Amino acid sequence: MDDLKTTELVVFCLLFGLVTVLGFVASRWRRAESLEHLDEWGLGGRNFGSWITWFLIGGDLYTAYTFVAVPALIYGAGALGFFAVPYTIVVYPMVFLVAVRLWSVSHRHGYVTPADFVRGRHGSSTLALMVALTGIVATMPYIALQLVGIQAVLKTMGVHGDGIVGDLPLIIAFLILAVYTYQSGLRAPALIAFVKDTLIYVVVIAAIVYIPGKLGGWDAIFGAADEKFNSTPPPPDGPSDGLLLADPQVLGYSTLAFGSALALFIYPHSVTGVLASRSRDVIKRNMAALPAYSIVLGLLALLGYMAIAAGVTPIGADPEAGIPGDGNTVVPLLYDQMFPDWFAGVAFAAIAIGALVPAAIMSIAAANLFARNIYKEYLNRDATPQQEAKVSKITSLLVKVGAVLVILGLDPQFSIDLQLIGGVIILQTLPAIVLGLYTAWFHRWALLAGWAVGLGSGLLMLYDTPNPLRDKEHFGGPLYPLSKLGFDSDSVIYTGLIAVLANLAVVVVGSFLLRGAKAPAGVDSTYEADYHVEAGDPQVEVSPADTGDRAEVTASRGGPHRA
Amino acid sequence: MAGTTADRPDRSGRPDRSGRPERREPDDVRGAARRRLNANPWNLLLLIPLVATLFPAFYNRTGPELAGWPFFYWYQMLAIPGSVLVTLVVYRATRGER
Repeated sequence: MDDLKTTELVVFCLLFGLVTVLGFVASRWRRAESLEHLDEWGLGGRNFGSWITWFLIGGDLYTAYTFVAVPALIYGAGALGFFAVPYTIVVYPMVFLVAVRLWSVSHRHGYVTPADFVRGRHGSSTLALMVALTGIVATMPYIALQLVGIQAVLKTMGVHGDGIVGDLPLIIAFLILAVYTYQSGLRAPALIAFVKDTLIYVVVIAAIVYIPGKLGGWDAIFGAADEKFNSTPPPPDGPSDGLLLADPQVLGYSTLAFGSALALFIYPHSVTGVLASRSRDVIKRNMAALPAYSIVLGLLALLGYMAIAAGVTPIGADPEAGIPGDGNTVVPLLYDQMFPDWFAGVAFAAIAIGALVPAAIMSIAAANLFARNIYKEYLNRDATPQQEAKVSKITSLLVKVGAVLVILGLDPQFSIDLQLIGGVIILQTLPAIVLGLYTAWFHRWALLAGWAVGLGSGLLMLYDTPNPLRDKEHFGGPLYPLSKLGFDSDSVIYTGLIAVLANLAVVVVGSFLLRGAKAPAGVDSTYEADYHVEAGDPQVEVSPADTGDRAEVTASRGGPHRA
Repeated sequence: MAGTTADRPDRSGRPDRSGRPERREPDDVRGAARRRLNANPWNLLLLIPLVATLFPAFYNRTGPELAGWPFFYWYQMLAIPGSVLVTLVVYRATRGER
């Protein structure tokens, strides 16, 4: 640790200390009688208003990894990396109507996780288990990736020793996070999100106002990027780079944006954010207000071009030898180079704190899935709400320890691969969750079969995707060439979208066949009116005992099934 | 999704929920279907942001530039407030509706 940057480190530690205090204070914030209930620990009392929800969901969806990786992608590949902008534009109009239905039915039946809903709607605990497992598997690498964001910042500040000493700061940061999440539940990230987002906005706006002037204006920035992309010929069968999309990339760009948007709100941590809000009205208002973060994300993405214009080379890169290095250090390095030390410290703290909020929410969401859909369903059917909350709290600790071990023990590239897979597999829960919000017509076995087909085909295609740039034979990226599917075209398409189409085909055809054959359908324990209730409605009675109507489903198992 | 909005089989054979009065679907089946699909025409406006951003062939070009920004970039950035505006209009127009 020779070239340690002291000023940056001091500012960083001060801000980090501030949020740590906030994290512990949060358990007293909007105090509940007891946190020993999942509605309290896991959903913050289900009572967040518009502002808190805006900060919470914004802090949840726009993660540190996004803030580091999107500019890194722009730096490396150009226009393709900008897909994050249409992605976060289309997601809100798409979920505007869907999210309120999920909120209402969950409010009515006391559902805490998406798998709770699947169980109640389709009357299948197996399907619910698969949805829960898919959610957990997709979320775990996402948590690990937040650590990659912190690591990039620490590297830039000169904190990179060998062995355990070098990793110590990362371990401490996550340990603190784990303890206050355990203590305060969802209230901790909700409170910290205020600090995180304020810092992010300040830091990004400062960069957008200040850096272009220093680099000779936007003309010069886009010009430098164009020059760089033109000077490096793309590999024969690799992804091409440039200020604009190459023709074969156009379909990939839009399907990547569309498919990612479909996946975003079925991730368990997004559902947690939605269910923690007070009312349907709060959700609708937020769907209109959340794109404010997309503006920040778009501007941040362009920091990738600024880094090119400023001549930043990633840590560990060797352009002569063609080694790309750690692209995630591009943004931290740009701040380090352009701003006084104290402000660079603020920027680094913003990124690191930006990692804490989503990591906390994701671990809570994964822990809730375990507590509700595995522990209570299979291990202890008579668990009290207290026991449920306890199991969830402990699981959230284990999840974070697991994430640290993954990052320290394995190549970070591994968690990036896993996250890529995660996006594709979470999409396979779309028919059960999103279509389920509109109809119970789809047969539970067909949904299960569709899930399996989507999962299998998605994994197969990802495995079959090489990345010549990074010298990888498998899991090279989210875009799959149409030619491999038998089309006469050089276009690429988002792998997850093909997989979910295969999934849907199986679900529809399978439901027709199973219904024709009079196979026993699952019992739907929801009513259409449940999907429209609003907070304060007279018929709304949130009773903790009503958790998925187990008694009813069990009672009717031998009884008449719905056709 | 034809057929999915059709009326459901009679549920009177189902066991009642313990301690809760039984509720039924509204008798007006078409009303229920309409509610299920949120068939308020205002909601169709939500398609605008999708159409405007999911066809890159339309904006995948450099000109006209705006303050040094190629069209590809400033168009998509401008689509963000545009989308907010559309969503706000729909929110206002459908407020209080279930």
